Amino acid sequence: MKYRYLPQTDQDKREMLATLGISRVEELFADIPEEVRFKGALQIPEALSEPELVKYFTGLSNKNVNFSTHVSFLGAGVYQHYTPSTVSHMLLRGEFFTAYTPYQPEISQGELQAIFEFQTMVCELTGMEVANSSMYDGATSLAEAAVMAAGHTGKKRVIVSRAVHPEARGVLKTYAYGQSVELVEVGVNSEGVTDAQALQSVINDNTAAVIVQYPNFFGSVEDLAQIESIAHGSGALLITSSNPLALGILEAPGKLGADIVVGDMQPFGIPASFGGPHCGYFATTTKLMRKMPGRIVGQTKDENGKRGFVLTLQAREQHIRREKATSNICSNQALLALAAAIALTALGTQGVQEMAMMNLQKAHYAKHALEAQGLAVEFASPFFNEFAVKLSQPVAEVNKQLLGAGIIGGYDLGLDYPELAGRMLVAVTELRTKEEIDQLAQELEAIARA
Amino acid sequence: MHRDQEKALIFEMSKPGRVGYNLPALDVPEVEVASLLPKHLIRETPAELPEVSELQLVRHYTELSRRNHGVDNGFYPLGSCTMKYNPKINEDIARYPGFAQTHPYQPEETVQGALELLYNLQAELAEITGMDQVTLQPAAGAAGEWTGLMMIRAYHESRGEGQRTKVIVPNSAHGTNPASAAVAGLETITIPSNERGLVDIQALREAVGANTAALMLTNPNTLGLFEEDIVEMARIVHEAGGLLYYDGANANAILGIARPGDMGFDVVHLNLHKTFTGPHGGGGPGAGPVGVKKGLEPFLPAPIVAKKEDGTFCWDSNRPQSIGRVKGFNGNFGILVRAYSYIRTMGPEGLLQVSQNAVLNANYMMRRLATAYQLPYDRACKHEFVLSGVRQKKLGVRTLDIAKRLLDFGYHPPTIYFPLIVDECLMIEPTETETKETLDEFIDAMLQIARECEESPEIVQEAPHTTVVKRLDEATAARKPILRYQPAQG
Repeated sequence: MKYRYLPQTDQDKREMLATLGISRVEELFADIPEEVRFKGALQIPEALSEPELVKYFTGLSNKNVNFSTHVSFLGAGVYQHYTPSTVSHMLLRGEFFTAYTPYQPEISQGELQAIFEFQTMVCELTGMEVANSSMYDGATSLAEAAVMAAGHTGKKRVIVSRAVHPEARGVLKTYAYGQSVELVEVGVNSEGVTDAQALQSVINDNTAAVIVQYPNFFGSVEDLAQIESIAHGSGALLITSSNPLALGILEAPGKLGADIVVGDMQPFGIPASFGGPHCGYFATTTKLMRKMPGRIVGQTKDENGKRGFVLTLQAREQHIRREKATSNICSNQALLALAAAIALTALGTQGVQEMAMMNLQKAHYAKHALEAQGLAVEFASPFFNEFAVKLSQPVAEVNKQLLGAGIIGGYDLGLDYPELAGRMLVAVTELRTKEEIDQLAQELEAIARA
Repeated sequence: MHRDQEKALIFEMSKPGRVGYNLPALDVPEVEVASLLPKHLIRETPAELPEVSELQLVRHYTELSRRNHGVDNGFYPLGSCTMKYNPKINEDIARYPGFAQTHPYQPEETVQGALELLYNLQAELAEITGMDQVTLQPAAGAAGEWTGLMMIRAYHESRGEGQRTKVIVPNSAHGTNPASAAVAGLETITIPSNERGLVDIQALREAVGANTAALMLTNPNTLGLFEEDIVEMARIVHEAGGLLYYDGANANAILGIARPGDMGFDVVHLNLHKTFTGPHGGGGPGAGPVGVKKGLEPFLPAPIVAKKEDGTFCWDSNRPQSIGRVKGFNGNFGILVRAYSYIRTMGPEGLLQVSQNAVLNANYMMRRLATAYQLPYDRACKHEFVLSGVRQKKLGVRTLDIAKRLLDFGYHPPTIYFPLIVDECLMIEPTETETKETLDEFIDAMLQIARECEESPEIVQEAPHTTVVKRLDEATAARKPILRYQPAQG
């Protein structure tokens, strides 16, 4: 059988073996002890030709309900958004997607400049002074921020709001165990935001950081100004995790005193893709810059004084510092950072505001449409593009019926918050039309009535 | 634009009023924002982002791409990174709506195709590595290392052996190994390599003990050499109560030839963006699945994909001893799709040929280059090999210079100055997807550079001569960091 990715002909192999003075390629493996050599063939399916491959994967793909077959109101950290066609076209240029980490800056100026521009965009959105080139996703970025805060302050106690994404808290918990960081969770009040009184009562001088999500997991907009004063009042750092699209309309966390801002760039040009790859971002202050994890691109000059870009501040990183590095991260999400940069270039200053505004307006229209059908919204606090609605039946049951009507329903909050069983988190992005929102409201009403 | 010109930043091309997007008109009644959000939380100053037309955008990123070298441009023998061809069909498949346009929180019955794919991939990676179960959650190699070490730690703690905190790594190990150990709350003990480039067995015997958590090993190692004493090493570590961790960065050498599970390893990570053709993307995304033997299965990150008796697929989240989550959602699914497409393209015989050809290509290059460069370990290599530039150093030419000179020939240079144990190191990994003609052309370039080092070293010392920028001032970049665009004052 011939393989299109393997170019060596029998003659090539003979010539190469002759150069080596051997007759069979197997001789090159003589140093592998007989007892650990694999005998026989791997028990995996036989190779597929390209047409067979297409057919097989098309079949798998067609088994999945998706945004092209159904109307989605599902969010909870991953959203269906408008992506300009230019993003995929530019991303698919082989010079970008088949390159690796820009270790040789002279032939990587394209990638380096694009990341430098990305870092600038992250700074602009978050209101922070510096940003890195990306992290794996929002959840790992949050966990790295907590570890960094503990390292910087020399304190091992981190307070995290229960209104932070449950999976991000899950990842944080795993990291915290590894690094012996003590996690303290602070609850949510009846308004759907972090309980400021409870926060005040658990914070102390040994607290490295307070972590909140802005807007939080329920879509509610935390009063960052209030949380900032509590955090800094005890000498703790303020870490926020933010949907970057929301920052098109919400005040930048940097302006409100955040020390580290993290999140996921998925809303900008990155497909939901069943949960990944997405693109964590990480921004902080100049003061904390040298404690940041991950790759960072900096501007410099070449021997002729010409502007150029390089990976910089590498003394923080694992390939130099090994066990003393600020993080073990090596490969990150560079291609997705590029996708986000392209999407943000397409949208520009106006587009980001317009898209954020559409999310805000449509989500609020949806709230009224649902209320008009007799449904009640759980929390009274201000929200961005998501809110929790009370259902009279289990969310999973309701979602089953919605599927039949061509709708992917919202997230079942009872999965992570037992006290919120029967509450559905509804996400409304700029892609949902008035008609689709009205249909959701009618379907929910009909289900409640049945 | 002319390549000698400075390329403008996208921000420098911006003019207020230009757009590169098109959103529909708002079709719901617009409400005053001040009535929806508290005043102090409404953004005062908009983010300053580029304002350009769609064609400007396309030209900008096209021009940036022209200033970048990828595998599609030419040979990229970056050692330990496995810069093989990234199949185009994988990009098509990953963009199918049933993959790219699915939400991770959709009900199981609506994503059976995605779950089936993940289930098959788990099983086939387990077969390829000789392990019992696999998690697909870790986002990259280093994330896989950390995940594996967290499981090893949990395993020891579950047996009342929490004192096992030492991770033994050879001095040829990747920097991520000790860094991942630290992030997992473990400590590293570094042991030397012997004169043959292999782990010093005596040093290993002396290093193991009641505090040994694991030995972390890359095999073939970063010198491209197979650790021949692996069976004895596994015995030493296991007898001391420790576990063996396999760093899969170099798995491209062993597909269908030797499986980590059969060598005695208990935990394995694979870099799907290396061995299994996930595009490197300029530094990611990767995917770092981790395979384990039976005894470590309870500690796998939750959830994994399971198959029910009725043949349907589901998430198995009921894992009380799990180390927890290591990443949001379901891992880098898009990369997992690409890797699975590759595995199904190659099949068992194809994967075997991948490793055979990768090893043949490497040995061929090594033998021919050994005429001009010092070969520190003169024996059959696996998929990569190291050379030392010590001969050239005596002529006043550093390995860095040789690397920069290669840029003039249109090549990405090998990995340089790693592993740390070889002076003036060049680490070369051709991969199996390159033709003999490409290897010969690269060899000719390397031989020419060796001659230049003797005859006119300044050509090499002053390289590169043909790139869009010359060597860059990295010291100033680190001393006075400029990490974002600042508009010119005034």
